[in-house]
Formats: sequence, structure tokens, C-alpha cells
Amino acid sequence: MLPVSRLGSARGYWVSPLLNHDVFRAIRQWFDPTDVDEIGTAPDYRFSLANERTFLAWLRTGLALIGGGLAVAAFVPPLRWPLVREVITVSLLLLGAAVALRAVDHWARCERAMRLGQPLPRSRFPAVLALVIGAGAVALLVVVLVSGLRT
Amino acid sequence: MSTGDPQPPGLQAERTRLSWRRTTLAATTVALLAVTAAIVDNPTPFGLAATALLGFAWLAILAIAHSRIDALGRGVTATAGRWPAILALLVTAYAVLGAVLII
Repeated sequence: MLPVSRLGSARGYWVSPLLNHDVFRAIRQWFDPTDVDEIGTAPDYRFSLANERTFLAWLRTGLALIGGGLAVAAFVPPLRWPLVREVITVSLLLLGAAVALRAVDHWARCERAMRLGQPLPRSRFPAVLALVIGAGAVALLVVVLVSGLRT
Repeated sequence: MSTGDPQPPGLQAERTRLSWRRTTLAATTVALLAVTAAIVDNPTPFGLAATALLGFAWLAILAIAHSRIDALGRGVTATAGRWPAILALLVTAYAVLGAVLII
């Protein structure tokens, strides 16, 4: 069992555990349900199921981003500028992968916090994701308007 | 809660099962889009290999989701264990395969 004092801390996390030096410990927590099950006491199972549904909703968000990227690759005709289409595609794919990995990290940390009776981990990831998607949409709007004006 | 449970406990499992079901549907859509991107316009040996890998990943996602749906249907209340992590890695594999196909 891992030392509770270090694992319970949510302050050190910003967007992703990948920025934290405890990255390998965090990844092991994703896979190690027996560790989760031995720590603290089991919460009402309905809370665990709600946590699971939140994880699945985030996973679908990631799948939607990945699907969007693949749709751009499959259906958008080549643009005036080379590589713009590829950049959009790869950005969406990377964003989707990041959402999926962050989803399981957040799921594991919420599960642990509930077992320990601690506050749920706070996260800036939703805000950052919203800003990134908003900025990307504005950038795409500019691309579409400029290419439309030129033709 | 002092007023008692406002909804039957079984509903929580039902909602979670439906959430898994929606996730398999989303994964299926993404898998079909990936196959479209991989082989429909320009089938290459590499694209076909990537399609095979995507197919395996899709089957694995389906198997995980169905085992969980089945467990929830039998009234199991244990947490999902390691399956969320494996599911997230399979979704990440979709993204990586897609990126490799584009580049």
C-alpha cells in the first residue's frame, strides 16, 4: 500500500499528472484496483457508479474529438494552404487522446478521494479544454473566412 | 438522507449500463471513420494493417463494455477495476493509429 499522505494530495496537479514527478505512481493507480480497494473504506456504490459514468462521458468526449479529426482527414478536401488539414487532424487526435488519458486519471483519483473521505480532486482541465476548443474554433473561422474572401 | 432513497437503487446500475452502451456506439462510429480514412480512398498494405489493428481494438472495447454491462445487470456493485484504464488506452490507440495513418 502506498503512503496516503502523498497520494491524497490534489494540489500538485494542474492539467495532467504527466507534469508531476509522480507520473508512474499515478499510472499504476489507473490499473491497480486492489490498491484502490485496500485503501480507506468503500463509499456508497452509487457514488462509484456516478464516477464511472462521468469517466465514460469524458471518454465519449475524447472519442468525439478523435472522430472529428478522422472526419477531417477523410472528408475535407485539400485546402489552399498545405498541411493545414493535417495540422487540424493531428491536433484533434492528440486532444482526444489527452482527454481519454486524463479521464481515467481523474476517475482513479476521484475513486481514491471518495474512499479516503477527502474532497474530490479539483481540476483546471475542463476550463483549459474549453479555451483550447474555443481558440481552435476561432482560428478555423479565420481560415474559412480568409480562404473564402480570396476565391 | 433522512427522507429515504428517492429512487430505486437499481436505476443507478441501469444508467451506468446505458452509459457503457453509448460508449460502445461512439467507439463504433469512430472505428468506422478510421476505416474510411485508412482504406476507402487509397488502400495500401499499411492502411490494411492499421485497419486490422483498429478492428482488434474495437473488439476489445466491445468485450470490455459487454462484460461490465453484464456484471451490472447481475447486480454486481464492485468498482470497474482496471477496465477503465484499459479502455482509455484503447481509445488512445485509436488516436495514435489515426495520426500515424495521416502522417
